[in-house]
Amino acid sequence: MLSISDYSVAYGQSEVIHNMNLDIKENEIVAILGRNGMGKTTLMKSLMGMIPSKSGSVKLEDTEIADKKSHERVSEGVAFVPQGRMIFSSMTVKENIETGLTTVKDQKIPEDLYEMFPVLEEMKARKGGNLSGGQQQQLAIARALASQPKMLLLDEPTEGIQPSIIKEMAQTLKKIRDERNLSIVVSEQVLSFALDIADRILVIEKGVIVKEELRESVDQEQIAAYLAV
Amino acid sequence: MFSDYSSTELISIFAMQGFAGLILFSVFVLMALGLAIIFGQMGVINMAHGEFMILGAYVTFLISNLFADFMPAIFSIYFFIAMIVAFFVCGAVGAFVEWSIIRHLYRRPLDTLLATWGLSLILQQLYRTVFGAREVGVTIPDWMMGSIPLTDIIEIPLNGVFVMCLTLIITLAVYFLMFKSRFGGQVRAVVQNRPMAGAVGINTEKVDRITFALGCGIAGIAGSAFTMIGSTGPTSGQLYIVDTFLVVVFGGAASLLGTIASAFTISQAQSTMEFFLSGSMSKVLTLLTVVIILMIRPQGLFALKLRK
Ligand SMILES: Nc1ncnc2c1ncn2[C@@H]1O[C@H](COP(=O)(O)OP(=O)(O)OP(=O)(O)O)[C@@H](O)[C@H]1O
Ligand SMILES: [Mg+2]
Repeated sequence: MLSISDYSVAYGQSEVIHNMNLDIKENEIVAILGRNGMGKTTLMKSLMGMIPSKSGSVKLEDTEIADKKSHERVSEGVAFVPQGRMIFSSMTVKENIETGLTTVKDQKIPEDLYEMFPVLEEMKARKGGNLSGGQQQQLAIARALASQPKMLLLDEPTEGIQPSIIKEMAQTLKKIRDERNLSIVVSEQVLSFALDIADRILVIEKGVIVKEELRESVDQEQIAAYLAV
Repeated sequence: MFSDYSSTELISIFAMQGFAGLILFSVFVLMALGLAIIFGQMGVINMAHGEFMILGAYVTFLISNLFADFMPAIFSIYFFIAMIVAFFVCGAVGAFVEWSIIRHLYRRPLDTLLATWGLSLILQQLYRTVFGAREVGVTIPDWMMGSIPLTDIIEIPLNGVFVMCLTLIITLAVYFLMFKSRFGGQVRAVVQNRPMAGAVGINTEKVDRITFALGCGIAGIAGSAFTMIGSTGPTSGQLYIVDTFLVVVFGGAASLLGTIASAFTISQAQSTMEFFLSGSMSKVLTLLTVVIILMIRPQGLFALKLRK
């Protein structure tokens, strides 16, 4: 589905992602674990075209997207839920979701989005900025799903969310994957969430993937050791 | 200065000058609207905005001549056609300017200021070459010249009321476009968070271009309205750009209501005082008042309430 090869990203002179190689299969959920400052956000943003990459290639199915603009990547089928949600706070919930419809023919918000997140329908006339953190997270996911992606990127979706809701979110994301047949890459620091959701777990350190395990064969303690400071 | 007049005379004078100021009010609103849309969208202060207005005025002049020469029978409707053509001509030139100059200078406010100022000089010279240095004027169709008598002394000039109604319609249309349409949602998303707007699928460059064109097109309509109160020369736009800045700052940037209120206050103050004082004296007084009010309320008349 998504294949990243020899991929490097730099801020000016300082390279943050080094020669990364990574393949995401269809319908797969991959969690990328890493401590603060290890390059998760940088990787996500550059996959989304918000930061230019330095070298390497990113292919979505057979299309090279590494040199495309953000909005072109969205039309190709990539969607992004950023760290800190980044919803448009002075716009209503409905308007926020509608911004996600830009690249699709559908001009109306599909009913199943509201079915998935009933709270958004209740609050559709409210300003996005007045929602709680958890509700904003749902809004950011709904906005991303509105563009009917094949590949969903989530950057630390559990940040600032209470444990019971985190469990729920893992269920929701898995349901989304099953219903919509998409692949998900999620970056995380919370191991339990990654174990809940992922088919495959990767560990990133200083911009390099240092460990890769399938969910079945994962050694929790070993991974936990990577995350400990 | 009021002592020479009786109170009924004074009321009439205020009313008459008030009505006479309606076109100035319309020009201010349209100019400020265009300037504010462009500034809000991309942080570009368009110093050539006055020249776009004058372009609209020249287009109106050309269309009125065209009608007078070839279609005198329907001369009375030339103004509608002129407005529409002015909108599209200025919009197209605006889109071209955005594509050729502005988009290369985003996030460099000082450079855009210089570039658009340079553009204003180029346009002025272009107008001088094409239309000559002499000011030109249009013939206002008969039906717009009339007025409705309200009392014995007070008359409402038709063209003022007409232009103001058009302005209000355009302002409403812009409001609906920005706050009720899908495109408006995209514009506001780009204003709030440009990289994120791109990441949800909005073509931010296209939105920029359309917005810049829209702002310039509205300036073109302002130019059409302007032909009713002044004659058009290559540098006529310069006089208006300062007033327009004043309107925008005084109204509080990014507030539609504030822009309208401030355009109304400033145009009415100028128009009324011009009757009693010289034009430049009334300008000085207006400016002084605005400065004092801004010292008390630096955010302008109406500030946007937002959770930061
Ligand atoms: N705009 C920037 N300019 C220069 N360096 C940056 C910039 N943004 C991030 N970095 C650096 O890149 C590295 C990776 O940052 P990144 O934000 O990708 O980490 P992260 O894994 O997402 O961390 P966190 O878990 O805290 O969100 C850090 O060392 C950071 O200092
Ligand atoms: Mg991060």
